[in-house]
Amino acid sequence: MNTIYTIWLREMIRFFRAKSRIIGSLGMPFFFLVILGTGFSSAFNISMGRNRYIDFMMPGVIGMILLFSSMFTGFSVIWDKQFGFLKEIMVAPVSSSGVVLGKALGGSTTALIQAILMLLLSLVIGIKLPSFSGILLSLIFMFLTSFPLVTLGIAFASKMNDPHGYQLMVNFLIMPMFLLSGAFFPLDKLPNWLKYAFYLNPLSYGVDGLRAALIEVTQFSVIKDLTVLIIFSAVIFLIASYLFRKNSY
Amino acid sequence: MLAVETTDLTKVFNGNIAVNKINLQVKEGELLGLLGPNGAGKTTIISILCTLIKPSSGTAYVWNYDVVKQQDKVRSSIGIVFQDSSLDEELTAFENIDFHGRLYKIPLNLRKKKIEELLRLVGLDDKRDKVVKTFSGGMRRRLEIARGLLHFPKVLFLDEPTLGLDPQTKKHIWDYIKRLKEEGMTIILTTHCMDEADNLCDQIAIMNKGEIIALDTPFNLKNNINKDMIILEVSETKEDLRLVLNLPYIHEIKIEDNKTVRIFLNEGESKVSQILEKMYQHQIKVNSLRINRPTLDDVYLYYTGKEIKEDYPDNKIHLRERLKLRRRKI
Repeated sequence: MNTIYTIWLREMIRFFRAKSRIIGSLGMPFFFLVILGTGFSSAFNISMGRNRYIDFMMPGVIGMILLFSSMFTGFSVIWDKQFGFLKEIMVAPVSSSGVVLGKALGGSTTALIQAILMLLLSLVIGIKLPSFSGILLSLIFMFLTSFPLVTLGIAFASKMNDPHGYQLMVNFLIMPMFLLSGAFFPLDKLPNWLKYAFYLNPLSYGVDGLRAALIEVTQFSVIKDLTVLIIFSAVIFLIASYLFRKNSY
Repeated sequence: MLAVETTDLTKVFNGNIAVNKINLQVKEGELLGLLGPNGAGKTTIISILCTLIKPSSGTAYVWNYDVVKQQDKVRSSIGIVFQDSSLDEELTAFENIDFHGRLYKIPLNLRKKKIEELLRLVGLDDKRDKVVKTFSGGMRRRLEIARGLLHFPKVLFLDEPTLGLDPQTKKHIWDYIKRLKEEGMTIILTTHCMDEADNLCDQIAIMNKGEIIALDTPFNLKNNINKDMIILEVSETKEDLRLVLNLPYIHEIKIEDNKTVRIFLNEGESKVSQILEKMYQHQIKVNSLRINRPTLDDVYLYYTGKEIKEDYPDNKIHLRERLKLRRRKI
């Protein structure tokens, strides 16, 4: 418990000290939402039931923020390695799974804060307000979306030593994960071979759950989204802990 | 009681033997210095004793705990100051130490008190809330030493604690290490600085290519080579200097570049004239002459046979510095 809290606390201090990171990380998704959202809905006249396209897109943009911000935590593991700080943690009498859990919760918290800020921003530009219970449910989904992604980042970071390599690796992962999550357009009419990629992508369930919570549209179901995300979280966390223990030094 | 004991400790990295069958015994309260050229295996030994890497074969015990099987026990018993910085640059001095204290589960009140005490001790109490990014090399080192001591370690590892520090800071840290020793802490120290080793260590192990080639007190080490040394700088010559100096009372001659001659012998002062006579006979011009009582430098050179490389950062550190610079620009 103590270890987890300590590691989490450090992530929080670092996050709030780097204010440019908070603003910077919100910029791109926000412009995506405003420009793409407006542009697409006027160009293609997409109708999503009673929702405008921009309403449909908003949970996707939140998913995008969660994805980017979560993967960034793995990056901080690599930096810790580069700067030698990881050694300080590795020689302390603490369990490595505690360290991973602390990092993962820290990363999820920062992702969550950014996602909430985005949610507030989107209300400012006139996206309709979800119900209170919808917002609560969306918070749960935000956490469950970011947790497996953060641990995935940590798992990769444990195996790698080179920040540039990690960045490339993550870009390589992020693009297909993002495009195949249904964040910006529904993917129910995909050909079969692409469908498997869609089903294997944790972000798909996260975006679907967020959409269920915020605009009450869902392709799977809330229960299914929750279950799958919890399984993803558990499995990836175990893998990350194992890799972290094996490869961190 | 033995604070540290290794038996045939061996570490192989990708087929290269980094550390070969090391047998070390460090008594409680003793200060052992590990000396040797870069790549001799000093840091590898420390990394094994700190549980960061596993030995390929052999055993190592720290405070009677096995470094492979009882990692947590070992980790709670030791403190480490690494060769390269291991501070979080974004955190303040206080936060860095506090983080450490929390990891080692030191209760809040004790932690607060001890941190203030340690920061005062290393002269950083006025910088306690400054971010480490803004610290100079010496301040970082001092902060790391303070951090390494927070949890009352029984065995303290210092991997080149004064590397790259100015003489004042060096002196400051030496005084501090001496104080710790007086308080009975067991310390293992690696260094390139012979003064440091001579000043501080009870025992010195000289390493080369992964093996310990000499292990004794500084006094005995100096006595054991039991020789005065005459150092001659001579002009270029075609003569074989070894044949020229084939005198019965000379124990050993080491020649570098056929120019620098180190002659080991007893009672150097009284033999100088005879040696110069010999050189004169062979028309070898002697440019300078020095008689040395052995220092630890001489001991070191006697065993490892080459000058100490100055502490150029290896590639990894170099990269790290570059990354730091880049991050600062961002």
